[in-house]
Amino acid sequence: MTNAWISGSVVATLSGALGFFVVLRGASFAAHAIPNGAFAGAAGANLVGVNPLFGLVTFALAAALGIGASSRHVRNDVATALSLVLMLALGAAFLTLSTQYEAGMTSLLFGEILGVSTSEIVPVVILGVLCLATVAMLFRPMLFSSVAPAMAEVRGVRVAVIETVFMVALALSTALTVPVVGALLTFALMVGPPAAARLVSTRPGRSFALSIALALVTVWVSIACSYTFNLPIGFFVGTGGAVLFLAARVWNARRTRRGVRNLLV
Amino acid sequence: MHWIFEPGLWANSSVRTALAVGAIVALVSSVVGVFTVLRGQTFAGHALTDVATAGGAGAVLAGVAPLLGFLGGGVLGAGVMEGVGVERVRGRDVATGVVLGAAFGLSALFLYLSTSTSATTGTTQLILFGSIFTVSPSTLPVVAVLSGAVLLIVASIARPLLLSSLSAELAAARAIRVRAVGFAFVAVLAVSVGLSSIIIGSILSTALLIGPPASALKIVNRLGGAFVLAAAAGVAAALSGVVLAYDSFYWFASHRGLPVSFFVVVIVVLEFVAASVAQRLRQRPGEPGRVEPPRPTVS
Repeated sequence: MTNAWISGSVVATLSGALGFFVVLRGASFAAHAIPNGAFAGAAGANLVGVNPLFGLVTFALAAALGIGASSRHVRNDVATALSLVLMLALGAAFLTLSTQYEAGMTSLLFGEILGVSTSEIVPVVILGVLCLATVAMLFRPMLFSSVAPAMAEVRGVRVAVIETVFMVALALSTALTVPVVGALLTFALMVGPPAAARLVSTRPGRSFALSIALALVTVWVSIACSYTFNLPIGFFVGTGGAVLFLAARVWNARRTRRGVRNLLV
Repeated sequence: MHWIFEPGLWANSSVRTALAVGAIVALVSSVVGVFTVLRGQTFAGHALTDVATAGGAGAVLAGVAPLLGFLGGGVLGAGVMEGVGVERVRGRDVATGVVLGAAFGLSALFLYLSTSTSATTGTTQLILFGSIFTVSPSTLPVVAVLSGAVLLIVASIARPLLLSSLSAELAAARAIRVRAVGFAFVAVLAVSVGLSSIIIGSILSTALLIGPPASALKIVNRLGGAFVLAAAAGVAAALSGVVLAYDSFYWFASHRGLPVSFFVVVIVVLEFVAASVAQRLRQRPGEPGRVEPPRPTVS
């Protein structure tokens, strides 16, 4: 149970921090596609018999860099959609060929936080701290190039480099999150809390901190509920993100006094 | 021929049903997909598949046919996204994402409950990755009627839909009710996503919806040509997917066949790569590339 709390907290902090940039850059679709790459990687690693983390990191990196590279040539959303389904299909094929089909698939897609072992904690914490340090060091240029890429370029920020670093950090954090909350719901954690935080505060620093805090609360409540009611954690993470977003919309609408219409925009 | 068509392929009734259902559904998906790609609604189309997942999982839990759940979930999701304003550019990326995340949460719950309360295994696989070989012949008329309805609606709104996809302002000036047309299209999109979910599963139905149309639009400029080419590419992918999946049973010593959805997706992606290469080769150096439809920006 302690393992679940530790890895859950690391994962939530990472998702909240990177999700802030995902929402800011409108990169939701990429953030949705990369976990599916990680799913295929874990399934492949299972089949060959190597450490799943290795497969997760490799495939997530390949998916992130592939989406980044192809988006310059092809229309972005079509390329993302096709790489997404290709990865899912590969994962399904790998799992079919291995022996533990149904159980392996469910835990990879929908998460199994209570199954995190002590030996898995150490790499999760190390990679998590590495990711967070990168984001913290590059916070200002990353923010600048997300909001106004052209102006950032003029002011001497190397936007292409920052973009690659962002994609790599996103891939690493995804690889860590997938085994905990599952490939399909990694995305919910990366979009729900940051989107809610952004509605509540428009100031970057405050919104960033709030995003991490909301992600942490979502994960902690989900772990507790999952344990108490004996239901999959993905259910609580997914619906929790949506509830937060809805609450933030209501709060925002009341504060700006534009009434209910604002809810619908 | 023996290499491609393993013995017993044509004698097997579930394979015949699979081929028929596959061809019909691929045709509908490709036609609807042409408009989805033109309108830049790839992410919305994909999100609908995820909402359909929750519907399908709920249907299995309630003990009704998955097709019913796929359709119900898709149509409900289309209504919610239209209501929340996913269609509108501002914040649509994020709103789509949140709807999608909530849908996955529900799927997780439903799948968990249905696998833990009944002894049937394979529910997760059935819903997410499809199993066309288990489609009963009695479903075929239902699929055919729904597909006919979708094609009829698309044909009757094709011109106003095309105009409002390319320029909403121009369409409004020509007295086209852009919103009504848009909603009719999302409803049609939901039904076609529900249909393709039974072949290649709900989370992979994006492949049939987006792949063949995107490939076709790379090669031809005219709408009619794009329809024909997309339909041909989609049907080819579905049919060869079914045949290859049947054959794959003999490929491994363990007699573990690969899923139909895997082959369909791989073929669709290969078609897209081939179309991209063909487009690149046709462009002579110095000649400006094809003008892509404007991509909606996310504010």
